[in-house]
Amino acid sequence: MDLSGPLALRIRRSALQMVHRAKASHIASALSIADIVAVLYAQVMRYDASNPRWSHRDRFILSKGHACVAVYAALAHSNFFPVTQLDTYGEDHSWLMNHISHKVPGVEFSTGSLGHGLPFAVGKSLASQMHGGTWRTFVLLSDGELDEGSNWESLMFAGHHRLDRLTVIIDYNKLQSLDSVFNTLGLEPLRTKLESFGAHVVEADGHDHCSLLAAMTLGRNPKPTVVIAHTVKGKGVSFMEDRVEWHYKNPNDVQLAEALSELGSPDA
Amino acid sequence: MRNAFIEELLAAAERSDNIVLVVGDLGFGVVEPFAQRFPKRFLNAGVAEQNMMGLAAGLASEGMHVFVYSIANFPTFRCAEQIRNDVDYHQLPVTVVSVGGGLAYGNLGYSHHAVQDFALMRVMPNMIIASPGDPMEVRACMHFLLKNPQPSYLRLGKAGEVSLHPSVPTVQPGKWVPVKTNPRDQHVCLTSGTVLELAHRALFLQNAPPHISLYSMPLWGMSLKDLQAEQVSRYQRVVTIEDHLPDGGFGSWLLESLVQSPQMLPKVRPLALSSDTCGMVGSATTLNRVGGLTEDAIVKALTAAD
Repeated sequence: MDLSGPLALRIRRSALQMVHRAKASHIASALSIADIVAVLYAQVMRYDASNPRWSHRDRFILSKGHACVAVYAALAHSNFFPVTQLDTYGEDHSWLMNHISHKVPGVEFSTGSLGHGLPFAVGKSLASQMHGGTWRTFVLLSDGELDEGSNWESLMFAGHHRLDRLTVIIDYNKLQSLDSVFNTLGLEPLRTKLESFGAHVVEADGHDHCSLLAAMTLGRNPKPTVVIAHTVKGKGVSFMEDRVEWHYKNPNDVQLAEALSELGSPDA
Repeated sequence: MRNAFIEELLAAAERSDNIVLVVGDLGFGVVEPFAQRFPKRFLNAGVAEQNMMGLAAGLASEGMHVFVYSIANFPTFRCAEQIRNDVDYHQLPVTVVSVGGGLAYGNLGYSHHAVQDFALMRVMPNMIIASPGDPMEVRACMHFLLKNPQPSYLRLGKAGEVSLHPSVPTVQPGKWVPVKTNPRDQHVCLTSGTVLELAHRALFLQNAPPHISLYSMPLWGMSLKDLQAEQVSRYQRVVTIEDHLPDGGFGSWLLESLVQSPQMLPKVRPLALSSDTCGMVGSATTLNRVGGLTEDAIVKALTAAD
């Protein structure tokens, strides 16, 4: 049964409705990771939505905290909290703040400033290693975020300490905040760089759920895994795809209707 | 101070499996006993302070009390945002330990002068600052922090500090710890950190004014201002002493704590390091003198007319 497909669609629809209602930014960043997050929550991670602090759960950290609507939607549609709560996104005093918040059930760590998620995930993975835990730690980074030196400190550390239960996913949509990655600070040869830091590197189509599932399934490798997920920023809404302005803009009423129509209904 | 710290940490690690020591490739001659006794709970994060502090937060989020040890400004300013966002905001039990507070590494140059660290750490709303005045207060602060794991900053001197307390004193957050007191005294010296020794010497000078009490403030922070007005109200004059720049320091913290009691503000006379020391090189004694921290300056502050 295809579990992650319907979840990805629900994430995209909810994310669009949330940013529209809140007049918030970063919809394209959320659409970029919708499939990754859907595969994690529907097929890969162990968790108990009724007990978000279950000690044996897999840990997920969204380092690109500005794409939080995708994770809030995934959590709501996975029964961590009622879907109706999503309507409060961006409101005054809402716990669904516009960068991911650890005050939301199921969220491990608040981010917003880039370059913080991976070091924190390394600490969690170390804890798992120290205690002989079986749980895994997943951390999702943006490609532009790799400009931050802290990530490379962490990658060196994770490789050196062979944190084999750490999976780093890079949302490689090749578009930053003002321009392309290529024109801003080129990352290539990314795979070679990551491998030279001691990582087991897998490349995946970031919108193909089978490809993502294969990449995130733990093999017998004594190294931390880095999944380079090739994605399209704004994926699923044609007029937002690969357009830098949708890092900031929010859809008006007409654009929202058009986007939802293009995505289709999860019940269709 | 370093030895008192590591002895207390070792004893705590014997009692509890959740004590972890992370160092930033520093601590030669100090951390080896811990590393040898508890190799699985000792990590050298390398020369990479952002990752060091972030991973400390990650470890702490899994139930460990993590002590992050380095020197001077490296575990504070270099990873300030990790302390702010990862440790303090998430209220995680990470104790940032800096050896060489003030000008203990004076000869090593401005990079190693920890004279703005209070200013940085005291703007973190959940952070408690532990700034012990002697090795006995180091032990007292460690006992407190181990019993009350929380975001915390332990500012140590280096080595060779004299013990001024005959035994480990009782310390409470925001409470002045008596070193030399008399109920009739109307003037007090209130220190935070290793300048306690300097103040102690000043009060025993031949020309020192009589009837001066000496207190140390080893545990303080943003949330502890409310406790100060009552303590200040007992005296006519409070001279604060710190090896830190005046801006954002201990004395200015005490003054800020009195804004609701403005009649008490004139009682407080902060004595801190002049910024003339910034960029100068020399021993702590020399630089403290250049910066205005001398026995004579302390006596003068205590005896100057209102």
